[in-house]
Amino acid sequence: MLVTVKLFAFFREGRFIKEDRELPEGTTAGQVVDDLQIDREEVGVMMLNSRHCQFDRILQDGDAYAIFPVIGGG
Amino acid sequence: MADKIFRVNMTDLSTSIEEVPENWAGHGGRGLTSNIVAAEVPPTCHALGPKNKLIFAPGLLSGTPASNSGRISAGAKSPLTGTIKESNSGGTSAQRLAKMGCKALIIEGQPQDDSWYSLSLTPEGVTITKEEELIGKGNFAVIEAVEKRFTDKIGVLSIGQAGEMQMSGANISVKDPDSHIRSLGRGGLGAVMGSKKIKFIALDAQDGKVEIADTEAFKAANKVFTKALVDHPVSQGLGQYGTAVLVNIINEAGGLPTKNFTTGQFEGHEQISGETMHDLIVERGGKPKHGCHAGCVIQCSQVFNDAKGKYKTSGIEYESIWGMGADCTIDDLDKIAEMDSIMDDIGIDTIETAVAFGVAMEAGVLNFGDADEMTRILKEEIATGTPLGRIIGNGAGNVGRTYGVTRVPVVKNQAIPAYDPRSIKGIGITYATSTQGADHTMGYTIATEILGVGGTADPLSKEGMVELSRNLQIATAAIDSTGMCVFIAFAALDDATCLPALIDLLNARFGISLTADDVSNLGMSILKTERAFNEAAGFTNLDDRLPEFFSEEPVAPHNVVWDFTGEEIDSFWNF
Repeated sequence: MLVTVKLFAFFREGRFIKEDRELPEGTTAGQVVDDLQIDREEVGVMMLNSRHCQFDRILQDGDAYAIFPVIGGG
Repeated sequence: MADKIFRVNMTDLSTSIEEVPENWAGHGGRGLTSNIVAAEVPPTCHALGPKNKLIFAPGLLSGTPASNSGRISAGAKSPLTGTIKESNSGGTSAQRLAKMGCKALIIEGQPQDDSWYSLSLTPEGVTITKEEELIGKGNFAVIEAVEKRFTDKIGVLSIGQAGEMQMSGANISVKDPDSHIRSLGRGGLGAVMGSKKIKFIALDAQDGKVEIADTEAFKAANKVFTKALVDHPVSQGLGQYGTAVLVNIINEAGGLPTKNFTTGQFEGHEQISGETMHDLIVERGGKPKHGCHAGCVIQCSQVFNDAKGKYKTSGIEYESIWGMGADCTIDDLDKIAEMDSIMDDIGIDTIETAVAFGVAMEAGVLNFGDADEMTRILKEEIATGTPLGRIIGNGAGNVGRTYGVTRVPVVKNQAIPAYDPRSIKGIGITYATSTQGADHTMGYTIATEILGVGGTADPLSKEGMVELSRNLQIATAAIDSTGMCVFIAFAALDDATCLPALIDLLNARFGISLTADDVSNLGMSILKTERAFNEAAGFTNLDDRLPEFFSEEPVAPHNVVWDFTGEEIDSFWNF
């Protein structure tokens, strides 16, 4: 299945901004984080199709998956 | 040296130094400005008339070595909202006032003639001087001239042309450590200063120092407090990307109001994001990290250079970038930085003015995305006070009324900032119930709804949002009294050592023994004082509502509307 993965802030360094990735069926949000060698502790927010999600969420074909470090502002 | 109240009467041009009344002694910053306004300003007075008063107060910890304690509060009845108003800012003024022993500066009355004045404060008191040379000038020229007349170290509070013309979007500029500008932005306080005919206030603390009751305890508490701030990942991200790091995440969540609040995502988000800004700043030899006041350990400000590597602006905030960017559909950071600098110079609130432009674009006054025309209007119409300039300079509500637009994002006539309340529902409760009109900083529910700081809450669900906004508004009112930057809240929400250390700092500064409950009670009492002023000014619960279009027009991508009932909103005040 094809999932669009988007990275933000310093997660982009040495990786990418946006990439369509071919993933095996049943891949979870957390597995993508692990595959990208991002420390789960550093992840602040994950959104699947603009809704917040958790590491155990199973991704579907065509999903847009965004991964952010802990950030804030205002 | 005990702190004093400095009072200036602009009707008879007299000044005095007074003892601090006992019931104000425990207050600083917002708590003090709001208590003084509540005690001395008739709630039904005209905000630009002689009965309104303009109050400046440093926070309780300002002028001490406590990290991030350099915020100054300004208060008055707002000409924009008609409510009580407190606006706070970094810069060097809070520390100057605190070090000269000025707990609050109260400016009252109004000159009888058309003369303009400046004020100069030292530990000995206030001097009023007639001012001619700088009238009609922008804030950058004022700061440069005031530094020449006094010293480079002088603290400066000033108004630009917008304040002189008493536009209700006018702000008060605060000189930062590099002679650039921070702003007491919201609610038109620059117009109140203009109505008192004061162009600038020079602050010279001489060799004044803030006394600390228990220096050892203070040092120990500051160490713990500073560590909590520095260690929190949000602080680190703010230093690297500035507050504009929010552009992409709010866009991703579908809550980035775009094209005058007609949709929740902006195609050009990447071009105006904190990530892009960071890369541009580094490439052009600017500074991604910059403190708006001495002692800030978060450093969310930055120095932004133009394509030739020349200084353009500093402290360009997420809300400013959003307003000129997504809301007006401009995807060019250089054009946004140019307008940010012009707005600093004219002295007009970037949020109010950008939203006003969005409404003007919807009305067909100019096209969406036309940054060049926006820049022209700022320079040639607002700065000079043409009829169009005054229409826009008096805010988003004014533009809507003038051109018959119904999609006008304001609460109590103050522009709604950078988070759509349909798709981020908790912040809508803050906009609706804030004592000061729509203002995200009054209770920043985004932390929990979007950023996962201080717990989590589904931004599309109403559940728990009233309570979340209430708790944050109470805490914020207390934090706004300490002189602390509101960004300490991220650490305070997540790190159990942060808030106790802040309370220890207060106790060591004054030799008192506050508890967490006392601080919470302080926040509640400030909110109730502010609300009582508004009620006496004629506001009711029916003013605590969002504009009708939020309930009628679903916003993409989630296609949701604002769906809180009046009763649910009103339950905010059950405390």
